Amino acid sequence: MAEISEAGNGADKRPLSPHLQIYKPTITMTMSIVHRITGAGLYFGTLILIWWLASAASGPEAFDFAQDVLGSIIGRLVLFGYTWALFHHMLGGIRHFIWDSGAMLDKHTASKVAWASLAGSVVLTLLTWIVGYAAM
Amino acid sequence: MRTPLSRVRGLGSAHEGTGHFWKQRLTAVANVPLVLGFVWFVICALGSTRAEFAASAGNPFVAALLILFIVSGVVHMKLGMQVIIEDYVHGEGAKLAALMGNIFFCAAAGLVGVLAVLKLAFGG
Ligand code: HEM
Repeated sequence: MAEISEAGNGADKRPLSPHLQIYKPTITMTMSIVHRITGAGLYFGTLILIWWLASAASGPEAFDFAQDVLGSIIGRLVLFGYTWALFHHMLGGIRHFIWDSGAMLDKHTASKVAWASLAGSVVLTLLTWIVGYAAM
Repeated sequence: MRTPLSRVRGLGSAHEGTGHFWKQRLTAVANVPLVLGFVWFVICALGSTRAEFAASAGNPFVAALLILFIVSGVVHMKLGMQVIIEDYVHGEGAKLAALMGNIFFCAAAGLVGVLAVLKLAFGG
């Protein structure tokens, strides 16, 4: 953490702004962090999508193999997480559009919208999987 | 007359003004319908054979949806990861390497994805 500056110019005594651990977590703060985590998760999850499309382009054996891997229990769990990350990040992005317009920025509305987007992401994910299983 | 002030005005420390923000938002807006369309495509593709899959990707509208999603997606995630890197990687060398790696990763993922869809779309 804070090291004593050898320069003796008082640089070590400059006030630091309080960092994350000093605050009680709030829903808006948590959703902001989750937006970044889901963004990074989707970033690497893109590899799955590209692999899937490339396998289809490569031929029947490659495609069947990819379908088997993605259809396995672990594959389904990963895809379920990917679906949730996608919807959570999408709703988080829509929240950003609303804020960019200057609306819904006051504390109580922002908290309500944050809870709503969390609930919405769960509902959309479950709905998608229910429709998916029904369609299979 | 180009004074130093007029040259930097509005551009900020990254010298691209609001370019990054604008591209991030443009791709984010595009991503909303594209993501929904993509999810719908995946649901339709569940349990299909490779031949059925290739046939649906052979529909120009479906192929266009997939290509737009891939392109908008990789541009968006390149911009997003760039911000994450700039926030957390402070060493000059490591930052440069990470920023370059980010661009290579997104360009490669995008190219492979688009080529795969094109091959399927043209009956491969
Ligand atoms: C579904 C539609 C999407 C919307 C509406 C959306 C929206 C946004 C917005 C508005 C931001 C900027 C947040 C900020 O300014 O702090 C952002 C960041 C980001 N997005 Fe997306 N996005 C979408 C899909 C995706 C996808 C598919 C990926 C990856 C493949 C992705 C990866 C990222 C990353 C890595 C960031 C940076 C996160 C950060 O800086 O904290 N996004 N997204």
